[in-house]
Amino acid sequence: MEKFTVHEGRCVPLQRSNVDTDQIIPAVYLKRITRNGYEDGLFQAWRQDPDFVLNRPEFAGASILVAGQEFGTGSSREHAVWALQNYGFKVILSSRFADIFRGNSGKGGLLTAQVTQDVIEVLWSMILADPTLVLKVDLVARDISAGDFRAPFEVDDYVRWRLLEGLDDIGITLQQDAAIADFEVGRPRFLPQVVPIQQ
Amino acid sequence: MASTLAEKVWAAHVVRQAPGEPDLLYVDLHLVHEVTSAQAFDGLRLAGRSVRRPDLTLATEDHNVPTTDIDKPIADPVSALQVDALRRNCAEFGVPIFSLGDVEQGIVHVVGPQLGLTQPGMIVVCGDSHTSTHGAFGALAFGMGTSEVEHVLATQTLPLKPFRTMAVTINGTLPADTTAKDLILAIIARIGTGGGQGYVIEYRGPAIEALSMEARMTICNMSIEAGARAGMIAPDQTTYDYLEGRAHAPKGADWDAALAYWSTLRTDADAKFDHEVVIEASELAPFVTWGTNPGQGAPLSANVPDPKDFADANDRLAAERALVYMGLIAGTPLREVEIQTVFLGSCTNGRIEDLRAAAAVIQGHKVADGVRMLVVPGSVRVRIAAEAEGLDKVFVEAGAEWRQAGCSMCLGMNPDQLVAGERSASTSNRNFEGRQGAGGRTHLVSPQVAAASAVVGRLASPADLG
Repeated sequence: MEKFTVHEGRCVPLQRSNVDTDQIIPAVYLKRITRNGYEDGLFQAWRQDPDFVLNRPEFAGASILVAGQEFGTGSSREHAVWALQNYGFKVILSSRFADIFRGNSGKGGLLTAQVTQDVIEVLWSMILADPTLVLKVDLVARDISAGDFRAPFEVDDYVRWRLLEGLDDIGITLQQDAAIADFEVGRPRFLPQVVPIQQ
Repeated sequence: MASTLAEKVWAAHVVRQAPGEPDLLYVDLHLVHEVTSAQAFDGLRLAGRSVRRPDLTLATEDHNVPTTDIDKPIADPVSALQVDALRRNCAEFGVPIFSLGDVEQGIVHVVGPQLGLTQPGMIVVCGDSHTSTHGAFGALAFGMGTSEVEHVLATQTLPLKPFRTMAVTINGTLPADTTAKDLILAIIARIGTGGGQGYVIEYRGPAIEALSMEARMTICNMSIEAGARAGMIAPDQTTYDYLEGRAHAPKGADWDAALAYWSTLRTDADAKFDHEVVIEASELAPFVTWGTNPGQGAPLSANVPDPKDFADANDRLAAERALVYMGLIAGTPLREVEIQTVFLGSCTNGRIEDLRAAAAVIQGHKVADGVRMLVVPGSVRVRIAAEAEGLDKVFVEAGAEWRQAGCSMCLGMNPDQLVAGERSASTSNRNFEGRQGAGGRTHLVSPQVAAASAVVGRLASPADLG
């Protein structure tokens, strides 16, 4: 995974709450067996509307999504993270993320930075007033800034460390192979195994 | 120290604990389906890794499969490729799989419990948010993304930060016309789609203890719709009776040992939850959603709400958007909302008790003109059981379609979909925009309300059939 320390980019204001992962990428796009190429499905239904914020030329090329609260609810599909990344987003800002989405983002190197709803509202007005605004997202300092504006964001300590180091979870866990094997020895024998059914 | 049920199950699975790091937890059962696994198997292949415990891993085909003509090749080439990828991956990595046509095939969250693979005190995971279903047995069960699927395949463990704990206590007795589905929809409306975020919910109290295992699964299934990663119910005699004799349930001395352990799996009397919610069951009634997230629900007897009545600005905006999408006018009685499609099925309400309940309502009636009703058993076993009881005939005589097992119209990625503007009464779990097909409009309902709505052609309860 690529290391993440500081990102600077332009922003898209997504002024909607409860953006579920079915909106981020509809199920029909989930039939593919690759990790890439999901940008065409990102917010597919909403992009049918020419006025949808992602269709507006002033927001083309933006890499930071500034969203309403409860972002990423619903289905566990990691395709939602891939679609956002494939489209070019590096950072999502919201006042509250759904658990599974936030976890998936951390695994894939997409930063979900949690700020207060007040900060979101301020950012929305700043971006709408000046779509060329460049926001700096500093994972080392855990803050966002643009000109005189500065605000802290929250991110899990462990996720932050992994992103800063660009580490892969499986590699970390495989170092614990002996501990896993020890644990397996002590598992109760009544626990089930999946074997052919006799019926 | 006094602990909650969730904390006890967690503690029993810690492989490694270190300051500042997530706990490494051992996974007892890993369920796999075609949609969230292909990229994970690919990852293993690229890294030269194997599946650590294929004997604790089970795959089924459910999301993407058709519910008609299952003896023919899958018509959609992209779907066929994905299902084929799962079959090849399972063969290559030695993972057991129940494919289309197998008597054990079905929705992953129906198959695990009916085989007795889901047991109290286990950690069960799957690349599917409705894995919370298995919490009905007192298991800690949660959904995850594809990277985590790969992680569990490779290591049989998952690094996780501890959840907070929430008790949702349901006192009293549910009214006779009110089901587990109505109860969970009312709970979600009460705590909100984000209210459970970061929590494991334990459902408890007399109204929960009175529920069957299948009803408990309906409750735990939709925990994710309240934002919670998992929902749990402490195991009791109802749980043991359900499990005893199932294919993978412990036998003989193992059963006795298991029972002794399971009986310790309850929240200690002096344990503290981080948050508590109390609901009086007798105040509940049949409940339906009117909006585009599962928290936007109301009693069937109510009217479509007026966005102006929402105090919170975000809620007001969300309600305005939802009414536009749903094509509803504030103040319309929900009973006057006309539907074109009824979907009975899914991991929420696709079990035999759900089919029985709906059949009892629809027996002797006809599906209204202009309404189509799909009845999709959650598994082949459920389908066989229903046919043995003659439920298929009841549905077919009423004018409904009797289908093969799968996720079907719950999520619109197989051929069963709504068209734009079409309105459904659906026993599934999500009413998101486009969830059941682009432009489709979904009202989440119980099996009983689904059956009554099919007959009336509008949202209705069995009482409306006279």
